[in-house]
Amino acid sequence: MKIVIIDYGAGNIQSIMFAIKRLGYEAALSHDVDEIRNADKVIFPGVGEASSAMAKLRATGLDKVIPTLKQPVLGICLGMQLMCHSSEEGNTEGLGIFDLDVVKFSKKVKVPQIGWNQISDLKSKLFINIPEKSYIYLVHSFYAPIGKETIASSEYDVEYSAALQKDNFYGVQFHPEKSSDVGSDILQNFLNL
Amino acid sequence: MSRTNKMLTKRIIPCLDIKNGRTVKGVNFVDLRDAGDPVELASIYAKEGADELVFLDISATEEKRKTLAELVYHVAETINIPFTVGGGISSVEDVDVLLKNGADKVSINSSAVKRPELINELVAKFGSQCIVVAIDAKQIEDKWKVHLVGGKVPTELDLFEWAKEVEERGAGEILFTSMDHDGTKNGFANKALAELSDLLNIPVIASGGAGSISHFRDTFKEGKADAALAASVFHFKEIEINTLKEELKGEGIPVRI
Repeated sequence: MKIVIIDYGAGNIQSIMFAIKRLGYEAALSHDVDEIRNADKVIFPGVGEASSAMAKLRATGLDKVIPTLKQPVLGICLGMQLMCHSSEEGNTEGLGIFDLDVVKFSKKVKVPQIGWNQISDLKSKLFINIPEKSYIYLVHSFYAPIGKETIASSEYDVEYSAALQKDNFYGVQFHPEKSSDVGSDILQNFLNL
Repeated sequence: MSRTNKMLTKRIIPCLDIKNGRTVKGVNFVDLRDAGDPVELASIYAKEGADELVFLDISATEEKRKTLAELVYHVAETINIPFTVGGGISSVEDVDVLLKNGADKVSINSSAVKRPELINELVAKFGSQCIVVAIDAKQIEDKWKVHLVGGKVPTELDLFEWAKEVEERGAGEILFTSMDHDGTKNGFANKALAELSDLLNIPVIASGGAGSISHFRDTFKEGKADAALAASVFHFKEIEINTLKEELKGEGIPVRI
């Protein structure tokens, strides 16, 4: 299986590489359009600030490529947020794969949300054999609200999307690579798609 | 949508002191093959239910920095929970190396007091989510004063004013160690912690004073801490993480089990 992690200079990807390696696979880090198109699975990571990450995608032309991919694609954290219609962070126009607008948590809670929270209302093959209310690790200040593409929900300040899916596109707000054994199982489910 | 009691849990964080790539404080794990191997200790804590780990490097020279980067790489390769690396970090380059090797967060302390702009620079380059500012403080005549160099050097800086500035400069989290409580095993500095938590809108990690399970309960309930860090009670197995979390859960504190 050919797994490609999209390399656009947005954040630390070493942990994702290691998580895939622990499952017994090798992942390649690439920004080459052909290599990305020919992969069996594509992982779209992201850490940091939305508008600068989006600018990096545009500079490489990857913003045009990602929405046209046909194989399973998994956006992680900011990667998932950039797959949405827009983000309030830096007034960013996203890739528009998911029909949701990413907004910031209110001042009623501490921001960022850092730590372990539970996921519920699990749908889709991404969560096969994952128990309801499993704990996953998150670090984020912005969230995607609940929408028709929501396949897992979580609650902090409000109920929000912990995971999204539309056709071959998947996104998780949490970090499967840092979410202990549950996270490994979710990554394995993605690789099994 | 079903209504469940989903909520962010309180985190339990063992801290490992590292020198030249090895754990320094004695550990009392009979099942450990190599008591000085941080990777092995880290994976045991991860299996026992630790929510995060902190590695505090107390070596100083450039040579040893390279050893730390290698250690970070091996920890990231092995464990599947987040970890923070701190100790002597003073530049964007230092942080870059550690994050590239797989650290999730870095913690800065004295270098931020000496040059507060460092916080802004790190946040701009790496994002708030991976920048923890550690603050060591001691109560002097009713005032909490920030101390440097592992609590040895006093400053005129007020804990609460400095914490507010740290938040405003964009740090994602504060790790507060009370020098008055550290090593006493008499409980955390809950009054100061609660005040910090009310003042700030970023998570606060309590450190210094853990001696019993009730101390953890108190720092979450009275100290309003988001996470609690401890070293020797875990290293010497005075408190086992899974027992601690079961008991906290019994007290109605949300924890990941």
